[in-house]
Amino acid sequence: MKNAEIKTQQKRMQFMPDIKKGLIRNIVPVVFAVLCIIGACIAQARPLFLLSSVTIRMARNLLLVFSLIIPVVTGLGLNFGIVLGAMAAQIALVAVTHWEITGISGFIVTALLSVPLSIFFGWLTGRILNRAKGNEMITSMMLGFFANGLYQLLFLFVLGGIIPMVNKTIMLPSGIGIKNTVALRGLKYALDNVIKIEYDDLIIPIFTFIVIAVMALAIKFLLQTKLGQELRCVGQDMNIAEASGIDVDKMRITAVILSTILAAWGQLIHLQNIGILQTYGSHEQVGLFAVASILIGGATVTKATIGQAILGTFLFHSLFIISPMAGQKLVGEPQVGEYFRAFVAYGVIGLSLGLHAWQKQQAARNKFEE
Amino acid sequence: MNKPIIQLVDICKEYYGNQVLKKVNVSVRPGEVHALVGENGAGKSTLMNILFGMAVIHNTGGFSGQVFFDGEKVDITSPKEAMDKGIGMVHQEFMLLPGFTITENIKLNREITKHNVISKILGEKMKSLDMESMRKDARKALDTLGLDIYEMLSVEGLPVGHKQFIEIAREIDKTNVRLLVFDEPTAVLTEIEAELFLKAVKKLASTGIAILFITHRLNEVMRVADNITILRDGEVVGKLAREEASVEKMARLMVGRKIDRIQKTEKKSNGSIDENILEIKNLKVNMPGERVKDVSLEVKKGEILGIGGLAGHGKIGIANGVMGLYPSSGEVVFNGDKIKLNNPKDALSKGMAFVSEDRRGVGLLLEESIEKNIALTAMQVQGKFLKRIAGINFALTWKIRAHARKIIKELDIRCTGPEQITRRLSGGNQQKICIARAISLEPELLFVSEPTRGIDVGAKKIVIDLLLKLNQEMGMTIIITSSELAELRSICDRIAIIYDGKLEGVLPPDADDTDFGLMMAGGHGKAKEVS
Ligand SMILES: Nc1ncnc2c1ncn2[C@@H]1O[C@H](COP(=O)(O)OP(=O)(O)OP(=O)(O)O)[C@@H](O)[C@H]1O
Ligand SMILES: [Mg+2]
Repeated sequence: MKNAEIKTQQKRMQFMPDIKKGLIRNIVPVVFAVLCIIGACIAQARPLFLLSSVTIRMARNLLLVFSLIIPVVTGLGLNFGIVLGAMAAQIALVAVTHWEITGISGFIVTALLSVPLSIFFGWLTGRILNRAKGNEMITSMMLGFFANGLYQLLFLFVLGGIIPMVNKTIMLPSGIGIKNTVALRGLKYALDNVIKIEYDDLIIPIFTFIVIAVMALAIKFLLQTKLGQELRCVGQDMNIAEASGIDVDKMRITAVILSTILAAWGQLIHLQNIGILQTYGSHEQVGLFAVASILIGGATVTKATIGQAILGTFLFHSLFIISPMAGQKLVGEPQVGEYFRAFVAYGVIGLSLGLHAWQKQQAARNKFEE
Repeated sequence: MNKPIIQLVDICKEYYGNQVLKKVNVSVRPGEVHALVGENGAGKSTLMNILFGMAVIHNTGGFSGQVFFDGEKVDITSPKEAMDKGIGMVHQEFMLLPGFTITENIKLNREITKHNVISKILGEKMKSLDMESMRKDARKALDTLGLDIYEMLSVEGLPVGHKQFIEIAREIDKTNVRLLVFDEPTAVLTEIEAELFLKAVKKLASTGIAILFITHRLNEVMRVADNITILRDGEVVGKLAREEASVEKMARLMVGRKIDRIQKTEKKSNGSIDENILEIKNLKVNMPGERVKDVSLEVKKGEILGIGGLAGHGKIGIANGVMGLYPSSGEVVFNGDKIKLNNPKDALSKGMAFVSEDRRGVGLLLEESIEKNIALTAMQVQGKFLKRIAGINFALTWKIRAHARKIIKELDIRCTGPEQITRRLSGGNQQKICIARAISLEPELLFVSEPTRGIDVGAKKIVIDLLLKLNQEMGMTIIITSSELAELRSICDRIAIIYDGKLEGVLPPDADDTDFGLMMAGGHGKAKEVS
């Protein structure tokens, strides 16, 4: 058909000058895949062990990484503010643990309880980001630190101090403030255990993966609806969206709220698998690791897909497992690998943000040179 | 007589202490085509932005005066309100999303949706897009305009003319529209395309839609407008019905003085005319809508060469290809040097410059000052205006400023000074900056596409005169691509006609109209060529 021909031709046209750029963009996942393979060779780990560790970590982290996609599509960049979603989940978790609701019903209650909290946090974040247009990423990062302060205040002083807590098992000995670590006995594996396959070392939490897949489909579906179209429109050009009658600020807030809810559920899945809540630490690295993962998958500040999220999570966590083992083999010191992975996480974020700034500058310059 | 659908009463607007509209009154009745004309910077776009509730207006202190829509006093504070009332607008700058398809753009925020399981529970926003129906609507709107382009293409990389039609298609696709505002819709269109557009406008008006239409092409006004309002420096200086109007009269009112017709001054020959400065061999350029299939052309040093032809035949593609903006193949030799194709930097650094026809797309750094916009390419490519001290380049600000001042004067750029940021200029004055930037490179060879597009009648002469002056005083070779044949004939030494992506022939400017007509229609060989 002639139309199809035109279309492929146009595609080719648009991509031709992009071949170099395209390579640069895909170079990130390629480099990490190579690193993983080299690391695996050095570490000489058992494949089954690798597979089971990666599976567990994928189940734990995928939804958190997915939660970054909608803000990227809406032009807000990488939302470090998902930390607030994680906090919402943890507040809900503490409440449910306090009430001693257990099992899958406990999980569901926690999930439901975290929604209004996330909506509120997301709404706040969205409003603040609307005042910081153009600097969303750094603002969301700072917001995360600020929120962390309030979170600590809540858990260290308010609970037990101002709000009386009946159940003392999760409280510090003084009765004021929550313990450093709270064992989520009743909720451990609450979701994973619904359906899972066990083979030797390998445990595959089928049901958790089903939930994650449903969420992925939900995100895909959402982006194809009227709402999704509006979000994408805002992401491409706020001025045009405004002039077409779209309420830009509202759309941006919506995107952040959705992201925060997904992050809360993601953190919940994460913690039910681990089974222990580090009251003052579990949420800290959430934004950092999720962002690093999606970037390794080849996403950029302006473009992210489910596929990139999955690929990136896989590569990032493979590296996470392999690098201490490789470090152990090479210099007899697993700590080296630890440093390496922290280095990788921060490095990849710094690099891609730098690259993004550079690309933006280049684009402006190209525009200028006609 | 029916009563006005829109009435603007005593509108005043200030931008940062600068009064740009002074007690302006305009009203339009249903079915009326109302033209708004005036010099660059007269305040036309500002008035329309007020009508459409654009954010720029409210972010800069609002306006005073009253707006009546359908007899009722209204207070339009956002484009959404304007649209809900039935006002549509094609803005002077493009409002298209490059990453979306034509259909998605035409249906932007008016998508046709259908219910699905989820939307029945969660509501309207969760409805799926009915792409098939949207596609059909888009097709219909494009057909109304006579634009033959596949509606599922992405907008990125389309020629400007097509983009403009897509914008217009978007407006005519709206069903509740009662007033349509077109801010210079024809500025980027070729004569033929403009013709199509004017037809569509008449058709729309006959259905009872009121139309407010801004243009710098006064003969278009004479063709379609029922009434004309003329603005000068933010004031209404004349209201004419078509019967009492003439191009001369409008021009005089706009500028406040009489305008000379552009006339070529007797040209001095500048020596070695027979030397080739540019040789193009078998050039192919893959520019959608303006494909160049195989063009070989020689350009003599010191001449002004015109490139003409009908829209879509590839005349626009030539300059874009040589300057590396669209993928191309073939051979281009400049001053005996082979130019690297697909590499804008190489072309620029070898001494060629280009004023693109797409001045909105590849245009300006809107947040930067006029002087920076004018000087930056010259600084980057040629190291002009820079002084190297201890390995660090310092910009010579005073030199840049002096240069900017001079050009602002020469091109009559209406601004508050060289430090003003370009976003705050009127559309036509932004165009002049694009020209100024290319000239600042002092190129040996200058490509200019559609030099007078979007520029008012007075400034048109200024631009043409400047090109002539550059040619005659500095010996700059100039290649002008234009869809206005009269413009080409008034200043060119030779005119190359492109037909179907190939060179049809080269004519002297004083050749017969019929010869031009024949060549443009592909009647090769029948017309007499110049050697
Ligand atoms: N955003 C802005 N901020 C400050 N001044 C502005 C802004 N937009 C326009 N102006 C000024 O208002 C005046 C009128 O501009 P306007 O865009 O209405 O002109 P115009 O009649 O549409 O001209 P053109 O034919 O060139 O498009 C100009 O002097 C311009 O510099
Ligand atoms: Mg204007």
